[in-house]
Amino acid sequence: MRLLVSDLTHRYEDLTVLDGIDLTLAEGEVLAVIGPSGCGKSTLLGIAGGIVAPTSGRVSVEGPLPDGCLNPITFIFQDFALLPWRSVEDNVALVLEHHPLPTAERRERIETGLRRMGLWEFRKALPKQLSGGMRQRVGIARALAVRPAMLLLDEPLSALDAQTRELLMDDFLDLWRREKTTALYVTHNLDEALRLADRVVVLSRRPGRIREIVTVEEPRDRRQAPSAQAHLAEVRERLWHLMKAEAQMADREIAHV
Amino acid sequence: MSEILRSDALPSASPSLSGPQPVRFRGGGFTVRRHPWAALAAFAVLIGLWEGASRIGLASPLFLPPPSAVGAALSVMVTDGSLWLNLKASLGRIAVGWTLGTLGGMLVGFAMGIGSLARAVGVPLVSAFFPIPKIALLPLFILWFGIGEPSKFATIGFGVFFPTVIATYSAIDSVPRNLIRMAQSFGLPWRSILRSIVLPGALPGILAGFRISSSIALILVVAAEMIGAEYGIGAFVLMAGNLMQTDTLLAGVLVLSLMGLTIGTLLSLLERRLLKWR
Repeated sequence: MRLLVSDLTHRYEDLTVLDGIDLTLAEGEVLAVIGPSGCGKSTLLGIAGGIVAPTSGRVSVEGPLPDGCLNPITFIFQDFALLPWRSVEDNVALVLEHHPLPTAERRERIETGLRRMGLWEFRKALPKQLSGGMRQRVGIARALAVRPAMLLLDEPLSALDAQTRELLMDDFLDLWRREKTTALYVTHNLDEALRLADRVVVLSRRPGRIREIVTVEEPRDRRQAPSAQAHLAEVRERLWHLMKAEAQMADREIAHV
Repeated sequence: MSEILRSDALPSASPSLSGPQPVRFRGGGFTVRRHPWAALAAFAVLIGLWEGASRIGLASPLFLPPPSAVGAALSVMVTDGSLWLNLKASLGRIAVGWTLGTLGGMLVGFAMGIGSLARAVGVPLVSAFFPIPKIALLPLFILWFGIGEPSKFATIGFGVFFPTVIATYSAIDSVPRNLIRMAQSFGLPWRSILRSIVLPGALPGILAGFRISSSIALILVVAAEMIGAEYGIGAFVLMAGNLMQTDTLLAGVLVLSLMGLTIGTLLSLLERRLLKWR
């Protein structure tokens, strides 16, 4: 599925958070969006996913859907958004409940998602009994259960420790290797963006405008190789150069609030 | 290092440690420990002091009868059937009044929690009516519904209604919005969001409201029975007071206390059952 964003502007009353965003996300592409705090990254994701209405501009999608796709554009949330009163499997089941699926297929979707995330043994556990990484895996299993055409990931690893982040990045790489799901990945972490994305969009400080789109030439599954490090370091330096001054300004602005 | 040297366990004049020094434990206190028998012991001591004061003549048995006399009066209440008669009347009134007030309050609270127009209309009205002492309305309810049961149901129901409205809409407000956004992003219909997210998410707040409203119901049933009832613990206590039967009066008060305790325990069990996930 392709995502087309044209001349998108969003305001919260007098505050313009996004201004004139034009963006195309190709089928199967992973596009990371980075930028300083408050630049409208999450708003852009919300608009792309249809849960925030834009002030002006257009967002559209086109292209084929995977077999059995129940929710073409699916979110993975920073705070996991799990229902604390439901078990792991019931959290996954929640997003299937309003679809008229045969019981066997419903079970199969839940089991497949949970097994892929290594959570089948924990299916009866409550979210509070799981670590942060496992909770996010439930969030991923829930997303997989609807067989999405596009994933919108809102800083999915920012609430996790460094080791868990590494493990989950491997999970995402595995997911994209297998499913080729288009993804819009919002993060403030350059290393995540460089590890996972095909292209990186750098947004300016408020109002968020596209400053530059940087392509990471190295194929995703070779980025851990020593031979790739020089290129990645170069791209990282470029991204940081684009972000640094604005990140500092955003930081000072937050400190004054 | 400077922090360590300031510690009173170490020599203050010395700039260095002359050998291995044990680190003094400083983390004691400020922790809550369980004392399971403390409450029972406190009760036993209080009752013992009360009984002793009565027996040695420090308190007049006419104005403050000893616990043994209260126990005997309670025993008489059990054997002559007056306990069940009055308890049944009070519990029946609480059950009907509390149920009516709670159902109405939850309905209005839900409407205010999920509908902005209902909230805009409801909040000022609730704020205006909530502070009225509901027992002051009993004479009006007697005029409207007569001296019988309906006026008592109305007093209790009205008293329970407003705290339930407030507890319900506050509970709905406290349902994390990220969960609702998540459900919307997966295309869950409005009804499913209400049933699967808003209702269970609001349940802790609603149950907390039940605690308050059940206490209010207990207070109001006693007050209503004191104003106009033949049977009921409130009427029983009032009659005992009029007859200077202070032991019987205190036995009635003890029954009220046990009623409150029982209702609280039942609500705790309900919370434990319904909110296992917390």
